[in-house]
Amino acid sequence: MEGTTPISTLPAKNMLHPQPGFIARLLRVREFALIVMILVIGGGLHLITGRFFTTPNLNAISLGFATSAIIVFGMTAALVSGGFDLSVGSVFAMGGVTAALALRADIPIPLAMLCGVGAGVAAGIVNGFLITQVQINPFITTLGMLGIARGVSLAVTEGSPLAELPTEFFVFGQGRDILGIPNLILIALAVILIGDILMRRSSAFRQIYYVGGNEEAARLSGINVNRVKFGVYILSASLAAFAGVLSVSRFTVADPGTGVGEELRIIAACIIGGCSLRGGKGTVIGGLLGLIFVGFINNGMILLRVPVYWQQLSMGVVLLLAVGFDTLSQRWQISSRGKKAGPATS
Amino acid sequence: MPPLLEAVGITKAFPGMLALDNVRLDLQPGEIHAVMGENGAGKSTLMKILSGVSMADTGEIRFEGNRVAPTTPREALMLGIAIVHQELSLVPTLTVAENIFPGRLPTNAFGMVRFGQLFRQAGEVLEKLNVAVDPHVLVETLSIANQQLVEITKALSLNCKVLILDEPTSALTDHEADMLLAFLRRLAADGVGILYISHKLKEIFQVADRVTVLRDGKYVGTEVISETTPDQLIRMMVGRELGDMYPPKNQQAGTPLFEVRNLRLPGEDEFNSFQLFEGEVLGFAGLIGSGRSELARAIFGAEPKAEGEIWLFGKPVRINSPKDSIALGIGYLPEDRKAAGLFLEMSIKLNIEAAVIEAVSSGPFVAGNKERDLARHYVNQLNVSTPSIEQEVRRLSGGNQQKTLVGKWLAIQPKILIVDEPTRGIDVGAKKEIHFLLRALAQSGVGVIMISSELPEVLGMSDRILVMHEGAIVAEYNAADATEEKIIRSASSHKGE
Repeated sequence: MEGTTPISTLPAKNMLHPQPGFIARLLRVREFALIVMILVIGGGLHLITGRFFTTPNLNAISLGFATSAIIVFGMTAALVSGGFDLSVGSVFAMGGVTAALALRADIPIPLAMLCGVGAGVAAGIVNGFLITQVQINPFITTLGMLGIARGVSLAVTEGSPLAELPTEFFVFGQGRDILGIPNLILIALAVILIGDILMRRSSAFRQIYYVGGNEEAARLSGINVNRVKFGVYILSASLAAFAGVLSVSRFTVADPGTGVGEELRIIAACIIGGCSLRGGKGTVIGGLLGLIFVGFINNGMILLRVPVYWQQLSMGVVLLLAVGFDTLSQRWQISSRGKKAGPATS
Repeated sequence: MPPLLEAVGITKAFPGMLALDNVRLDLQPGEIHAVMGENGAGKSTLMKILSGVSMADTGEIRFEGNRVAPTTPREALMLGIAIVHQELSLVPTLTVAENIFPGRLPTNAFGMVRFGQLFRQAGEVLEKLNVAVDPHVLVETLSIANQQLVEITKALSLNCKVLILDEPTSALTDHEADMLLAFLRRLAADGVGILYISHKLKEIFQVADRVTVLRDGKYVGTEVISETTPDQLIRMMVGRELGDMYPPKNQQAGTPLFEVRNLRLPGEDEFNSFQLFEGEVLGFAGLIGSGRSELARAIFGAEPKAEGEIWLFGKPVRINSPKDSIALGIGYLPEDRKAAGLFLEMSIKLNIEAAVIEAVSSGPFVAGNKERDLARHYVNQLNVSTPSIEQEVRRLSGGNQQKTLVGKWLAIQPKILIVDEPTRGIDVGAKKEIHFLLRALAQSGVGVIMISSELPEVLGMSDRILVMHEGAIVAEYNAADATEEKIIRSASSHKGE
C-alpha cells in the first residue's frame, strides 16, 4: 500500500465493520433458518398432537411432496438463471400421459418412462428455443407452454384419465424396497442431492449463477449465455415430466388434469428457500426446505383439524412473510452499515 | 437589470473529492451560454445543482434577483428552470401530446382525459415553438432529433425561462444538429436563457454568446465568444500537473503483438487498422460516442463486426465471441463495471474466477482449494481491501470493485488486455494503483489498450495514442509529441495550426 494516499484506505477501513457472531451468521443462511423453523413447527405439532414425528405421518408428508421435490431442482435452476418455468405443472401431466400411452401400446416399461421424459425434453427445447433464439421472455414463453402441454394432454386422452397400466410399473411409486422407505421418496431424495451438488460444485452448473447474476457480465466473461438458458429449460421440463411419470406410477392412473397450479407452489417453495426472482441466487436444498416448511404447516393444520380450505392461505402467508422478512432484514443491514460506514462503500 | 440566473460560490464535495470549488456562473435573458470543460471538470455536477437534482454544500443561486434553493427537479421546474439530459425522459409508447403534458393532462368531471383538448393544446405549443411534429404520433416513431425537440417543448410548455441542455447534439447528425442550433437561437431571441454544455468547439462558436470554462471543479473564466478563439478555450480547459499519478513509460518498442486490419463496424463506413506492440500501453482518445468502446467490443467479439481481420502473433485469428477472445488471451474490462463487469451480489472469489471456471475445476467439479487460492492470489497482488474473499462485491468501494474486476481479467493470464475507462468513478489513490498496475502488466510483456475520456490519463499512461472521431481512427501521436491541445483538435476534428 506504500505510495497510496489516505483517501483510498478510508473506505477500505470502513469495510472492516465488526463481523457478526457465528450463530448470527449461521442464522443468515436461509437453509439453516428454515431447518430451525421446520424443527420448531414439527416439535410444537408433536407436543400438541403427539403423532407428528411418527413414521406413518412423516411418510405421508414426504410422499405428498416427493414429486414436487424433483421439479424443485429444475425450477431452482430456472430461477437462478434469472427466469422461471410456468409450464412445469402442465408438462408434469403431459409426461405422465405420454408414458401411460406408451405403456398401453405395450412398449417396455423403461422405454415408456423414457418416452414420458422425452415429452418433457421436447417441451424444454421449445421453451429454450423461444427464449434464447426468438427472445420471447420466459414469462410469456412458459405461459404459452403451460397452455400447450395441458392442451396436448387433454386432447390425446380426450379428458379422461388413462388406467389399466401394467402393475410392474407401479413399483416406482408404491414400492418400499429399502428399509421400508417408499421408493418414490428415495428417488426424490437422490434427485435433490444430485441437483444440490451439481448446482453448488459443478463448473457447468455454476455458469447458471453467473448468467442470473449479471447476464452481460457473464457474456463478456466468455459464458455462452444462450446455451446455459437453453439447458436450464430442458432440465426443468424434463424433470417435471419425470416427476409426472412417477406420479402415474404412484396413483396407477395418468390424469391429464393433474398438476394444475403446481408451478406456483414450486416457485413459492423455491423463493421461501432463498431463490430470488432477479436471479443469481438460490439452492436446491433451500427449495426442498421451502417445500417441507409449507408441507409441515399444511400437515399441522390437518392434524389440528383446521378445514382444508385454509391451506392455500397458509402458503400465501408463509411466502409473503419469508420474502418480506428477507427484504426488510437486507434493508436493515444496509442502513445500519450506512450509519457505521458512511456512503463511501457503495 | 439582474441576470436571469446567477450562481455564486458554489461548492460541492463528494467522498474523497471536491467536485465543485467556489464556482460561479451567470446567465442573461436571451443568452446562449456555453459551459465547457473536460470530463470530470464539474459541468454535470453544476447543472444538477442548478436544476434541483442535487444540492450545493455552500453557495448561492439567484433567479431573477431572488435567492432560490431548489431541492427537487420539480421545484426547479416550478421556478422556470428545466434541464434536458443526454438520455431523454420520454415515454416512447405514448403520443407526443401525452409526453408534453405528463401529470398535467386536461380531464373532464369524471377524471377522464379530454384527448381533443390535449391534442389541441399540444398542437398550439408545438406551433408556437415552430416544431414540425404531429402531436398525435407515438414518440417511438420519431427520429432522435425530433424526440429531442419534443423533450425541449415539454420543458418550455411549463413557461420555463432557463433551459439547460447537456450535450444535446451527441446523438444527432450534422444536419439535425444545425437545425437544433437554429431552433435554440430562435428560443433565445424570445428571451429564454440557455445553458449549453458541449465538447464541440465548432458548435459553441456557431451558437453561443458567452462561454464559461471549468477545470477540476474550479472556475477558470468566462469569455465573450466573439472575443475568444478555439485555442484560448482549449488552453483554459487543460494545463494541470500530472504529478506522480503516472508511472514512467516504456523505453523501447517491443515486437508487434496484435494487429487489427480494416475493421469496419456495422453501420459505419470507416475502416480501422492499428498495431499493438509487446509491452506497450496504447491509448485511445476521443469524445464520448466516437466509437472507441464499439471498436473495442468488436475486437473482443462482444459485438459483431461488419468486416475486418485480427492478427495475433503474426497469424490471423477468428474471434466471434468473448469466449474466443478469452481462449486467445484477450481480456476486456468494460466501461460500466456495475452493468457489464461485475456480479455485484456474488463474492470476490466467484467474480475473480468467472472467466476461468475450468481452470479452478478438477474434472466436472469446481475445486474449493483452487478457487480460494486463485482469489487470494489476486486479492493480495492487487491490494483489494476486504475482510474476506467471500465478501459480496457490492459492499466494496468503487476502487476495490475495479481491482476485483482487474483480477478477473488477470486470472485469464492475458496477452492483451483492453481496458475501457479503467479509473472512472474511483478515488485518486485507487486510480494511481490501477495506473501502476497497468504499466507493470505492460512491462511483463502484455499489450495494454486503454480507452479513456480523461485526457491527462491518456497522456500520462500511453506510449502511443490513437484518436477516434465518428467511428474512425483519425490521428496517431507518440507519447513524446502528444499534447492535450492536439488531441482535442483531432477528437473534435477542429483543424487548426
